[in-house]
Amino acid sequence: MNADVVVIGAGIVGAACARALARTGLSVVVVDRGAPASATSARGEGNLLVSDKAPGPELDLAMLAADHWPHLAASLADELGPGFPDIEYDRKGGVVVATTEEGAEPLRAFANGQAAAGVEVAHLTPGEARSLEPHLNPAITAAVHYPQDAQLQPVVATEALLASARRAGVRVLAHQEVVGLVRDGERITGVRTASETIGTSAVVVAAGPWSGEVAAVLGADLPVRPRRGMVLVTARMAQRVFHKVYDGDYFGATQSADADLQTSSVVESTPGGTVLIGSSRQQIGFDDRLRVNVLAEVAGRALRLFPFLAGTPVIRAYGGFRPYVPDHLPVVGEDPRHPGLWYATGHEGAGIGLAGVTGDLLCAQLTGADPAIDPAPFQPSRPSLAAHLTGGAA
Amino acid sequence: MTHVLVIGAGPAGLSAAVAAGDAGARVTLLDSGDGLGGQYWRHLPPQRPAQREARLHHGWAAFDRLRGSLVGVEVVTEAQVWAIETVDGIAVHVLIGPADAGGRAARTFAPDALVLATGAHDRTLPFPGWNLPGVFSAGAAQALAKGERVAVGRRAVVAGAGPFLLPVAQSLTAAGAHVVGVYEAARPAALARGWLPRPWRLLGAARKGGELAGYAAHHLGRRVPYRLGRAVIEARGDGRVEAVVTARLNADWSPIPGTERTVAADAVCVSHGFTPRLELPIAAGCRIGPDRFVAVDADQRTSVESVYAAGEITGIGGVDAALVEGRIAGARAAGAPAAAADLKRRTATTDFARRIDAAHGIRRGWTSWLRDDTVVCRCEEVAYGPLRDAAAATDQASLRSLKLTSRAGLGICQARMCGRTVEELTGADPARAEDTTDRRPLAAPIRLGDLAAPATTCGKDTHV
Repeated sequence: MNADVVVIGAGIVGAACARALARTGLSVVVVDRGAPASATSARGEGNLLVSDKAPGPELDLAMLAADHWPHLAASLADELGPGFPDIEYDRKGGVVVATTEEGAEPLRAFANGQAAAGVEVAHLTPGEARSLEPHLNPAITAAVHYPQDAQLQPVVATEALLASARRAGVRVLAHQEVVGLVRDGERITGVRTASETIGTSAVVVAAGPWSGEVAAVLGADLPVRPRRGMVLVTARMAQRVFHKVYDGDYFGATQSADADLQTSSVVESTPGGTVLIGSSRQQIGFDDRLRVNVLAEVAGRALRLFPFLAGTPVIRAYGGFRPYVPDHLPVVGEDPRHPGLWYATGHEGAGIGLAGVTGDLLCAQLTGADPAIDPAPFQPSRPSLAAHLTGGAA
Repeated sequence: MTHVLVIGAGPAGLSAAVAAGDAGARVTLLDSGDGLGGQYWRHLPPQRPAQREARLHHGWAAFDRLRGSLVGVEVVTEAQVWAIETVDGIAVHVLIGPADAGGRAARTFAPDALVLATGAHDRTLPFPGWNLPGVFSAGAAQALAKGERVAVGRRAVVAGAGPFLLPVAQSLTAAGAHVVGVYEAARPAALARGWLPRPWRLLGAARKGGELAGYAAHHLGRRVPYRLGRAVIEARGDGRVEAVVTARLNADWSPIPGTERTVAADAVCVSHGFTPRLELPIAAGCRIGPDRFVAVDADQRTSVESVYAAGEITGIGGVDAALVEGRIAGARAAGAPAAAADLKRRTATTDFARRIDAAHGIRRGWTSWLRDDTVVCRCEEVAYGPLRDAAAATDQASLRSLKLTSRAGLGICQARMCGRTVEELTGADPARAEDTTDRRPLAAPIRLGDLAAPATTCGKDTHV
């Protein structure tokens, strides 16, 4: 088997890369050691957030994604028809609140900085916040509305991108583990899986939190590490939460390099009638054992936002690993030390929202087209990542 | 002193608790129900005891003996284990109080040894009309008959597969229903392979003769028709069950066209076997075998140090197997040797479990009685057609994705009802961990307020 490009990873980022590449006419094979759409992409909440990002390259990418998703969602629905499950794209908006006096001013300042960077931001009085979210704890100290925040069903979105990719000729090989590269001198000539060799000159690592391990198998190094997140799901109920509502501490959790447990509260309803309650961040490797203290902390924070949830049954807890990069920026570009080896990973908890634009950005660089956004901040060669690379520059 | 925690107070758990106590351990016995005995010895609550309890239950004397031997055992009923943590030894998190009530007391146990005896619930295959009022799982019908003395209908049909159908029919009759027929899907040839042409003979050999001979006499005496190789393939009615359609089955359980018969009935009680309750063994880290039961050695040891399993979670072997396995597990958990006689009996009961599966195990052809609009997942109202369409649209055989694109198995019961069915319909490979519906890190629903109370849920147990 031969392909112009082999994408490793059939999660949402790999699917978006494969789809974008195939639509330019390239032949693409996606390999995954497990089932498609079943790891990190199936273990998050489906966040498409601008509200949690500080001004900088990631926010720029998120704003591009916020504009891009409505078009992508509509074109996927058009292409796949009514028989395909709904990806449930919903630009429901986010409401970020501070629950302490100390938290109020930093939230307002953060929002002002985002407004200056072009994010739609509306400061709310507690009364206005309660008119958007009638069941919100009245004791909140500050609130900001972010109309651009959106939500979708991440597994359906991943499957939709994969289905669209297949229609563009992409072959998806499930349960095939990549075991190494074939090289001719410095040049990549193929990818070896446990069962075959796929001839190719370009490889895209889109293996989420396993990207560091995959890079190592390919003879490269990439500082992507797993960071565990836990989410709670309630029983179905009449809708009483209308936006993505979270406390401002979420910034602290997502932007932190601290390995210890951090939680913040993100509460939202789903079209299925359940309420999702996230989430935690904890660096414990790929350890997936249940930790009751983590669930307790997530639950406690959610109750500070919505006290009425105290009597609501939680029916499920699920956890996943997010691809963490020390400088908190996705890695989308070619490894300068290994020509032909590309990365599209490191989105941590933002991969669902950023997948579409990541696929386009990767594709533009690989095919030499004009990217929609400056790719420089996302290069594996960026200075902020240099200290974390052990191999050194070639 | 060794502290042994036993989860489940059915036959296996009760005998484990008694054996561990006899071996000198400090024992705590938990059950989520409000009394002892489990599903097998389900009986009226103590505040309104039945005069004839002993006559209504098989092996009641054994139950009485076990119950009387629990001296010194701390018994906690209405104890719902909602999580097992394995981060720092084993921690078993429990809420105690009426199910669904708020403010239940929280306790956490960190025992030296754990015996899991969580049993099984009955498995019901879907068929058109199975979601009509008047269709019951045989287990639910049995529980109402035994526990409340209530018959689920006046003209009842009992259908499915396995030896459990007969006691259900008997309980219904005892509770006042007219059982118009018992339909066993297994055909005579399969029964012969599993048992013998006359099942009670083999059962006699396995020392269960009294029990099944009793059923047989009962049915012959009351003239309840017992049909082999026939299944209920549809329930009909306007707003509730009024009739059922039965059909003869091929060896693979696909219905034979032209053999349909319609029978008037206002209740249908269905059981196609049992699904072990595996969430706690999985949470404890126990290896599950390819047959989807907890893997144990001859001492009932699981793959996890100091964790033992007994009863239906290790194989559907009936009450005798459960009692023997419980005794072995309890003794070993307490650090004592198991009785040689029990180890010998265990061999016979393991064979019994194999025979039940050979005779009554579900065959793949059953899916041909489904229609596109037959609901598969009742919590989320996902029908067979849409489930198949989702699988086709996504070219997906992996359960995790399919559950999330179709919503099958995502509802309040967390796939306890439909999980195995969804696995079969989607061609999931249960050998892959991600393709099992049995993994439930939250083993039971818990109110967010209870979950958020770390002071009471995170400490080591201080009550014992």
